[in-house]
Amino acid sequence: MADVNAKGVLTAPIFRDNPIALQILGICSALAVTTSMSVSLVMALAVIFVTAFSNLFVSLIRNHIPSSIRIIVQMTIIASLVIVVDQILKAYAYEMSKQLSVFVGLIITNCIVMGRAEGFAMSNSPGLSFLDGIGNGLGYGFVLLIVGFVRELLGAGSIFGFTVLQTVQDGGWYVPNGLLLLPPSAFFIIGLLIWVMRSVNPEQVESNEFKMKENTQPKEAV
Amino acid sequence: MAQGNNSIKKVLIVAFALCIVCSVIVSTAAVALRPAQQLNQELDRKTNILNVAKLYEPGMDVEEAFSEQITARVIDLDSGEYTDEFDPDTFDSFEAARDPATGRTLSGDQDIAGLSRVENYATVYLIGDENDPEQIVLPIRGQGLWGLMRGFLAVEGDGNTIVSITYYEHSETPGLGGEVNNPRWQAQWEGKKIYDEEGDLSPAIHLTKGGASDDYEVDALSGATLTSNGVTNMLRFWLSEEAFGPYLAKFRSGTEPEDAEGTDTDFEDVEGA
Repeated sequence: MADVNAKGVLTAPIFRDNPIALQILGICSALAVTTSMSVSLVMALAVIFVTAFSNLFVSLIRNHIPSSIRIIVQMTIIASLVIVVDQILKAYAYEMSKQLSVFVGLIITNCIVMGRAEGFAMSNSPGLSFLDGIGNGLGYGFVLLIVGFVRELLGAGSIFGFTVLQTVQDGGWYVPNGLLLLPPSAFFIIGLLIWVMRSVNPEQVESNEFKMKENTQPKEAV
Repeated sequence: MAQGNNSIKKVLIVAFALCIVCSVIVSTAAVALRPAQQLNQELDRKTNILNVAKLYEPGMDVEEAFSEQITARVIDLDSGEYTDEFDPDTFDSFEAARDPATGRTLSGDQDIAGLSRVENYATVYLIGDENDPEQIVLPIRGQGLWGLMRGFLAVEGDGNTIVSITYYEHSETPGLGGEVNNPRWQAQWEGKKIYDEEGDLSPAIHLTKGGASDDYEVDALSGATLTSNGVTNMLRFWLSEEAFGPYLAKFRSGTEPEDAEGTDTDFEDVEGA
């Protein structure tokens, strides 16, 4: 990133440098927790909290971290934060923590958190790193909420649990699309989202790493 | 980066300090939040009891409904009588099973539910009038395919007709064995009978493949034979004379279990039983 200023690090990851859509990180949890808006929102908040504070703490001690154990140091900080988040959810949002189950714990392995700690916090000041963490968490949450919106609306006919499209099971007219409640549907939605974002910002389109050779004509092969 | 950062001394100091700080943060969070978490688990358990008794409605005040409609009592499994030996609010069946004074080891052929040790006392939840309950909620547990399944079985006041069954803790395969908590499957249990003969203590209820044909059969879960066997086995165990059989027998014969005032004295005998 060229512009390392407060506004830049906070807003860039939302559209221009989105961790899911551009860097294709954190896809696994994006598939798993986006069946409904409320679960997506809680997961997004948890990730924002963890990326922001892990970036902050890693940045605070960045001049003292021996490079030979830096990954382990980052992991320890991230893991501690994730356990704290998990405990808080169990105490104050029990139903939600049951729905999120293992995926809160798996924030530890979310590449976004680790990637920002290693890629940004290790070489920037604490304040900027904190904002960068929030920004990347927001970018992740933004995609999560869009995917959650589509999946809950078309898969269950509701938004945040409130019925929008009355489903056939409840005596309405809407036949819910069961596929959207299954993880693979998130692939389609994220794929379409990446297509839209890259059409709006053509500079996001990656140049081909190699050029495919034209098919060999049958007569050349003989 | 300073070169000194990579000296062995520095590496050890940083690693050690980080571990101390992180473990303090984690344990502080765990200890400080434990009361709130236990409250949630308690609420979850009560919700499950209300649920299995078909009294639960979304948005209701669980605590209030529970204290108004449900009385928890500890029973002596051997005699089937109530006991005041333990406080039902604090009685922990897991601890009781482990303690030699309140639990016993099951022999191989008794242990069909895979429990190895079982308690001699159990908490039951009575719905309605304590002396003539409309429903009795019994805690059940046993091995499924992947691990221990813990749940509740609600029985009507006649001690023989099932109201519903629910599992609040299990690790069965989602979509197969995990369907034990599918409302459609649970609905089949309503009105099923546990025992087929008067005075008999061996339960006749079981899961069966290929469609339930009478009052003692419930459709097994498709694709989950071992979970279904687990459910059958745990019902056969918990409703037999080893567990709730004697207690339920009193409801079936019409003599309600009594408050055993004098149990304090023969507590020692029970222990040896």
